[in-house]
Amino acid sequence: MISRNARIAWPLLAPAAVLLVVFTFYPTVATLIDALHSTPRGRRPAEWVGGGHFATMANDPIFRQAFVNNLIYAAVIIPASMGLALAMALLVNARIGGRALVRLAFFTPTILPMIAVANIWMFFYAPDYGLIDQVLGLVGLGGNNLLGMPGTALWALIVITVWKLAGFFMIFYLAALQQIPPALLEAATLEGAGPAQRLRRVILPLLMPTTLFILINAVIEAFRLVDHVIALTRGGPNNSTQLLLHYIYQVAFSYWDTGYAAALSVVLLGVLALIALIQFGVLDKRIHYR
Amino acid sequence: MTPISLTRTLLGSAAISLAVLSPALAQTEITFFYPVQVGGPLTEVVDGYVAEFEAQNPDITVEAIYSGSYTDTTTRALTAARSGTPPTVAVMLATDIFTLIDAGVIAPLDEHITTPEDQAWLDGFMPAYLASARLDGHVWGAPFQRSTAVMYYNKEAYAAAGLDPETPPATWDEMVAHGRALTLRDASGTVTQWGLGIPGSSNAAHWLFGALVAQNGGQLSSEDGLHTFFDSPEVIGALEYWVSLGAEHGIHPPGVLEWGTTPSDFMEGRLAMAWTTTGNLGNIRANAPFDFGVAAYPGNPDPASVLGGGNLYLFADASDEEKAAAFRFIKHMTSDDLLADWGIQTGYVAPRDGSWDTQALQDYVAEVPQADVARRQIAVSVPEISTYEGQRVNEVLNAAIQAALTGQQSPADALTAAQAEAERILAVYRD
Amino acid sequence: MNRVPLNLIAWSLALLWVLPLLYAIWTAIHPPVYAARFDLFAPLTLENFVRVWNAVPFDRYFLNTLMLVVFVVISQFVICTLAAYAFVVFPFRGSDWLFMLVLVQMMVKPEVLLVRNYATIAQMGLLDTIPAIALPYLASAFGIFLFRQAFKSVPRELDEAARMEGAGPLAVLWRVYVPLARSTYLAYGLVMVAYHWNNFLWPLIITNSVATRPITVGLQVFSTVEQGIDWPTVTAATLLSVAPLLIAFLIFQRQFVQSFMRAGIR
Repeated sequence: MISRNARIAWPLLAPAAVLLVVFTFYPTVATLIDALHSTPRGRRPAEWVGGGHFATMANDPIFRQAFVNNLIYAAVIIPASMGLALAMALLVNARIGGRALVRLAFFTPTILPMIAVANIWMFFYAPDYGLIDQVLGLVGLGGNNLLGMPGTALWALIVITVWKLAGFFMIFYLAALQQIPPALLEAATLEGAGPAQRLRRVILPLLMPTTLFILINAVIEAFRLVDHVIALTRGGPNNSTQLLLHYIYQVAFSYWDTGYAAALSVVLLGVLALIALIQFGVLDKRIHYR
Repeated sequence: MTPISLTRTLLGSAAISLAVLSPALAQTEITFFYPVQVGGPLTEVVDGYVAEFEAQNPDITVEAIYSGSYTDTTTRALTAARSGTPPTVAVMLATDIFTLIDAGVIAPLDEHITTPEDQAWLDGFMPAYLASARLDGHVWGAPFQRSTAVMYYNKEAYAAAGLDPETPPATWDEMVAHGRALTLRDASGTVTQWGLGIPGSSNAAHWLFGALVAQNGGQLSSEDGLHTFFDSPEVIGALEYWVSLGAEHGIHPPGVLEWGTTPSDFMEGRLAMAWTTTGNLGNIRANAPFDFGVAAYPGNPDPASVLGGGNLYLFADASDEEKAAAFRFIKHMTSDDLLADWGIQTGYVAPRDGSWDTQALQDYVAEVPQADVARRQIAVSVPEISTYEGQRVNEVLNAAIQAALTGQQSPADALTAAQAEAERILAVYRD
Repeated sequence: MNRVPLNLIAWSLALLWVLPLLYAIWTAIHPPVYAARFDLFAPLTLENFVRVWNAVPFDRYFLNTLMLVVFVVISQFVICTLAAYAFVVFPFRGSDWLFMLVLVQMMVKPEVLLVRNYATIAQMGLLDTIPAIALPYLASAFGIFLFRQAFKSVPRELDEAARMEGAGPLAVLWRVYVPLARSTYLAYGLVMVAYHWNNFLWPLIITNSVATRPITVGLQVFSTVEQGIDWPTVTAATLLSVAPLLIAFLIFQRQFVQSFMRAGIR
């Protein structure tokens, strides 16, 4: 028995449902199946290989490095970009001069395509005559090849990503900050709370839903944003900037090993699913309290 | 209007009206993918060549598509071929031949060679360049924008260091000696000018390393594309030399030098000697604020360099008419005159002896003697590393080179591991 | 409280944040020799822009990006509005569960599935077309989520009043819900414009020709480093490609931020 509501709802849901099935659910299932088959090449069709790709992966040093790199990348980018975003929002929300200009400055990286700014950053990072190395040279720390050494290359990319994301997240925090009733803050001040206490006791708890929303976006970006890897390092030197999605892209569209790429995608899907489960667990509690 | 051109015009318009009226003479459309370079007005040059061809062949239209870097072009062409819409002709790396044949997307050119003129056209290519297009008794590509690796050096820095600006190094030892003289430090010990820079980033390391290996008497891959020799003593020795330039002699900047910034590094005076492609001649000639020289590579003991660049390939999926039209287009794009002009416009090495005999190229060499260095070096140049799954094998080699250059692994360890990985990749193709 | 240190921090951070843009402008308006050399009295030139504009079919790339962005945003508005409306106003057994399924797309972005989505688009015969760039993004979980939030805050009385006057479900949606969610549409629309104007990886894979390439891919094709980076040209190209968005943001930034606040995105 179909309810009246369902009869109205389904036609409304149909376009979204069809697109989600075709571009999210079907490819997810198909990727799982592809991951168990070999890559068809020339006249050799795909064959069942079972867990073969995953066995290869276990012995693939590049995959291991990409995995570890991506964890470091995410573990730094998520807190750093969110913390900076909050700081920026608080600054722009305070009574400072030229607020609109400062706000615009923070937001510019969001508008600039990553692929375009990558070349500008390449100049900043250039050894000796690049801007950053020149500044470091003033204090006697020059001569760094920031993108060309395995110890610093990933960090150089992390800086770009944080720069890119912080301004975007700031907008969300700013919107939330401006919705905090001034009366609440005044009441806290009357009770003798200093700025730090106001932040900890009043502002941060009220920003919690925003923080969760931004967190989801930050996690997604940490596994999705590889444009600058393509433009700057192509995963080098010696795979020190290899990230999961970039490796998938390379294996699928440079090496044409679609079977192995599917297996790598399964790992990425697994990581995202795990994070989603944890997040929804936390999110669920929040929804109840709201 | 002279009588001749009047006749031509009449014939021409007759041909056009015939083409319009008769379905038998319908237009054949071909698509042409080629990589584009930064900054240059080269797309206009190519458009000019295409327009010239269309004027001579009114029954053919060519859609020329600028498709990014070499890697991008190959990816795009393969992607398009897999979805059933391949280009008819594309300029792709000479070393892509195994990948392209394995994917079954290209057709041999020799099937179209029917007349003595066609044969003469084929024989006109320099054997060193044509060798990279031959496999299994067929010719699979026509050399087009070919290059070799050369060394650019700052003549003013040479003079300032008390070296003879007309005598670049001829051996590895001399190169180190020159590098030491050219490396300058300020009062605090910070290097202000490095003696030598060899790019080691992922888009160039495997190519330039091929030159070092050849200089050391070794080779990176077998001619059938099925074997690599990364752990041979010659290859390990070549990488040890490269690493020693920075680690031992202190004349090479630390870490991996980025290919993309190497020309700027040279022009900014950060590098006194820089290894890169002949294709950079135009850029450096226009923008270097000092007198510079182009030198052939040194040897250990025999000098050698590495060939590079792209061939024109014909795609298998095209119809017979399209292939015939495309073959005419390929011949047009590789005529003596056109390749001479392309070389002058870009700095690429014209891969035909006939081109170097043209007045245009001879005048150019008289004006820019640096341009002739590349041609003189071809006799001692080896093909670029080329294997099945070429991009993957190259990445394996690049990672090993970078591991050694950045001090993560010794050259021998890095290359032994790379050889094992390459073996694993190539084993599938040997049965 | 003393505002001076706060101002100082804000302004130095802001300066740091626009530095790449300032450098791009500096390099683009000077001859190549000044790319790595700061000289206040270096001669100014517009030649870099002229050269870039002539070397790259920027007008075509702009048109492609514009068509893409308009197509994506309008389709997302329609598709996500309908779905969100169904979830809020016509809940049925299992609809909560269905909504959770929709949220999966929030984590599993089309980029993660690019290998398989590429194959799907190829089977549809849509490779190298503008709809192919857009299709995987049209059913946006983010959009459905936001519109659902906005519709939930619409007072039921308004809905019922409209129905009493005999309006059908679509008419109610159009007359009651959509107008009240206007700032959500604006905020979401702006975020999506920025997202798809900047999107790179998927269009890089799926497009092949000048006629379909968006500006980001065009820029990459143009600045790939076969012969080394030519910064003046690359920065001029970068500025040309971001100029429309930058100018639009300069003009609309007030409305932009306010719409975010009114939309209550949090």
